[in-house]
Amino acid sequence: MSEEIVFIISAVIVLVGALGVVLSRNPVHSALFLIQTLMGVALLFLIEDAHFLAAVQVVVYAGAIVILFLFVIMLLGVDKAEELGIDPIGGQRELALVVGASIAALTIVTVGWSVDGATGSAPASAENALDNGLTDIERIGRVLFTDYAFGFEITAALLTIAVIGAVVLTRSIRREDVLADLEPASLELPSLAPAGANDEDTPHDGDSGNSGAEVSSEGNRES
Amino acid sequence: MILGLDPLYVGDFMGDLLVTLLKVVVAFVFLLISVMLMVWFERKLISDMQNRIGPSIAGPWGILQTLADGIKLFFKEDLVPDNADRFAFKLAPYLSLVPAFLVFAVVPLGGDFNGDDGDGVVTMFGHDTFLQVADPPMGILFFLAMSSIAIYGVMLAGWGSGSKYPLLGSVRASAQMVSYEAALGLAIAAVVLQTGSLSTHDMVLDQAAPGFSLGAFGIPNWNIIVTGFVPFVVFLIAGTAELNRPPFDLVEAEQELVGGFHTEYSSIRFALFFLAEFMNTITMSAVIVTLFLGGPAGPALFLPEGWWIGTVWFFLKLFIFLFMFVWFRATLPRFRYDQLMDLGWKLLIPLSLAWFIMLAGLRVGDSENWSTTKTYAFVLGFMAFCGLMATLLTAAINTARSERIKAMEDANG
Repeated sequence: MSEEIVFIISAVIVLVGALGVVLSRNPVHSALFLIQTLMGVALLFLIEDAHFLAAVQVVVYAGAIVILFLFVIMLLGVDKAEELGIDPIGGQRELALVVGASIAALTIVTVGWSVDGATGSAPASAENALDNGLTDIERIGRVLFTDYAFGFEITAALLTIAVIGAVVLTRSIRREDVLADLEPASLELPSLAPAGANDEDTPHDGDSGNSGAEVSSEGNRES
Repeated sequence: MILGLDPLYVGDFMGDLLVTLLKVVVAFVFLLISVMLMVWFERKLISDMQNRIGPSIAGPWGILQTLADGIKLFFKEDLVPDNADRFAFKLAPYLSLVPAFLVFAVVPLGGDFNGDDGDGVVTMFGHDTFLQVADPPMGILFFLAMSSIAIYGVMLAGWGSGSKYPLLGSVRASAQMVSYEAALGLAIAAVVLQTGSLSTHDMVLDQAAPGFSLGAFGIPNWNIIVTGFVPFVVFLIAGTAELNRPPFDLVEAEQELVGGFHTEYSSIRFALFFLAEFMNTITMSAVIVTLFLGGPAGPALFLPEGWWIGTVWFFLKLFIFLFMFVWFRATLPRFRYDQLMDLGWKLLIPLSLAWFIMLAGLRVGDSENWSTTKTYAFVLGFMAFCGLMATLLTAAINTARSERIKAMEDANG
């Protein structure tokens, strides 16, 4: 019985969060509701005794990925209610309606008509019985470092490559700033701001000013 | 054994519920009271170190000063800035406070681990239980999860205030907390490798085992010794940074950012942030004690046995770290932002990662029965390799930087 109570509570948390993500006008509020949904899903994992998955759900998704979302939202300054009347890509709303309806239909069919219920209760096979004494954490660890060791290592390498790629990309932008310092006239960026607002606060000028300050402070430290 | 029989004559389910509720209430009240005392302790100790008296009016030795401050804060006007995002502004204090309390739920607070059959089990109202609110299998991962949730409190407070300085403070804070969480996690990984379990109770149990004995007296099997000090030092530094306490308190550097992320907060909402900050300090000390100093498991001395002795040990050890955090604050000047990031990313993370790999290597050696010479050769060889790599990398970075600066200086004339 207690399992059902927890399920109902977490289902409400998940659904309210999901509706909030879609319905709130402010992107930051959407991100907050997304955290609520992720926490609710972590609770659902906990009922299924998937403790490790629940912890990882919170640490990785709620703790890292949504933080990045928020960083981007705040730093790009799009943290205001958006004008929803404009459709940037034509026809995407109709498409979303179709896709959403088909996913909903699929879910209903799966839950309602499948023989073994939504999760498809698997028979207790020898494979399932093998690790019965172990906790889910030990089982995941064992599988990750035996059967899937190769995939695990490749993922690690992929993430490292992504980090290095990000560093290289940001570095190359800084080199252009250095070039801009050398020949300011040749790299004049076309201003996107309306005429009149084109004073000392354009991003281009601000950036080169920053890197100049950095150079001088580094130079001071060296000498 | 606290109470032998079931005095309430309630069934199994109700009994479990009552025991759990009792533990939650005790832990909560304990945390609130210790926050009150901690604030007083910090102010008094810092005054002592700075040669002044500190709070001295309210109560004996000013011990009720926090209570007086709290009451004053409650009766102040509650302001919400015009520019604020009201939803985020009101949510943020709770997002700071709740994780601070929840982490405390997985910390073992007592129980006899040193006796002959010491397994930390106590009997409350006829129910066998541990002296900790919960012992989930994810154990210490729960601590990491909660510390990553705590970032939201700071972040939303800064953004929701709708004002420049809090935003700057919160961006600094969240970058700092996200960065140091990596080092924190790697230091924890060393302990988890040693214990073979994520559960905090298992960690204490593992550390209560008789350790390496040196003649007459045995060295306790604490992780601070077993994992070789480095993870402990890394955890202590990263933990201080995670708490945003001095010397890592750039988040609220008064000279630069007014009050940091809580500049716009007043009254009870500010009190909640204040509470969360000190609660986090206590919780972090408790986690350090659990991870590295054996928690309630004391060194094997000639002491009476009983469920309370673990609690005494726990508080003695907790006190060391509370003192240490205050001591840091009184002694160390604040880091500059680039120094902070350099320390986290370029020193603590590589160091703890290399140390972790070395510990893993030693474990392999353990299971394959390496000889002592081979073990020493592995450790020294690994350290030499890491040292060489670090030197080469530093040399490469420094050369590249000086070349770049030279090129720019030449170009600029």
